[in-house]
Amino acid sequence: MTVSQEAGGDRLAIARRFFDAIAHGRLLGMTPDEATRDSVLARLPYREELVGNPATGVIHGGVITTLVDETSGAAVLVTLGTPEAIATLDLRIDYLSPAEPHRDTFARSQCYRITRHIAFVRCTVYQSAPDSPIATSMSTFMRTGGRRLRRTARVGASS
Amino acid sequence: MSGLAERIEAIRRAGDPQALVDMVPYARLLGVVFREVDGLPTFSLAFRDGNIGNPYLPALHGGAIGGFMENAAVLHLIWTGESRHVPRVVDFSIDYLRPGRPETVIARCDVWRQGSRVANVGIRAWQEDETRVIATARAHFLVGE
Repeated sequence: MTVSQEAGGDRLAIARRFFDAIAHGRLLGMTPDEATRDSVLARLPYREELVGNPATGVIHGGVITTLVDETSGAAVLVTLGTPEAIATLDLRIDYLSPAEPHRDTFARSQCYRITRHIAFVRCTVYQSAPDSPIATSMSTFMRTGGRRLRRTARVGASS
Repeated sequence: MSGLAERIEAIRRAGDPQALVDMVPYARLLGVVFREVDGLPTFSLAFRDGNIGNPYLPALHGGAIGGFMENAAVLHLIWTGESRHVPRVVDFSIDYLRPGRPETVIARCDVWRQGSRVANVGIRAWQEDETRVIATARAHFLVGE
């Protein structure tokens, strides 16, 4: 195993612990599939309970908000690499095209800048192919705990 | 689609806003409650374990708060607007001001501009104290055909 594969495994473990700890993400059914040193890919299988428009069967935008928030928070944590508490400061989503019913939805987030207090994340949401996004997002997270709150590690997609 | 528009119109005539919520599976999953209070469309989200995002504080998931507020905006537009179609979200931007404690969240909306095609809606959410807002959001929706 190469060093980068090892690091990727560690990062995926961090992302999995984070997702496992969050009840609301579990309720919707989202899981991380891949992680790198600064990014996370998560999957949300289609379910009837997630529908926003009963006429079309398309999942609700609010479901995408949760997928983006949690996947973006996970990108911050894999980038930090050490347990730390974070909180979403703001998040903006542009809906580029309607989601299609009966398809899994994926989110790829990347933490592209971290300062002492703030982390900056972009996220792309897609279904059929990564280069055909259905939504894009920018978000910022506050580093709320630092080392003093080691016990609250792996948590943070909450507001 | 015409069947849905007719159901929406019947619900509006019957004056039963909660029946709109019951048409949206995701709103039911979250537990959204929609009433008119003092003549104002008012949304509430009772606490549920399934809406937790931080089990240690504990605090509500930012996505659950955001999803609740986006539901509120859509339902508000259907209830008060002329459109009988389900508005389609164009963009959604949320600022988190305080952690959501494990208790009921309330939300109300302001339609700042409703044109023939696009509506701009502001949403604010609070818990016990209306002056201590936990999140504000702003969204654009396509409301035409």
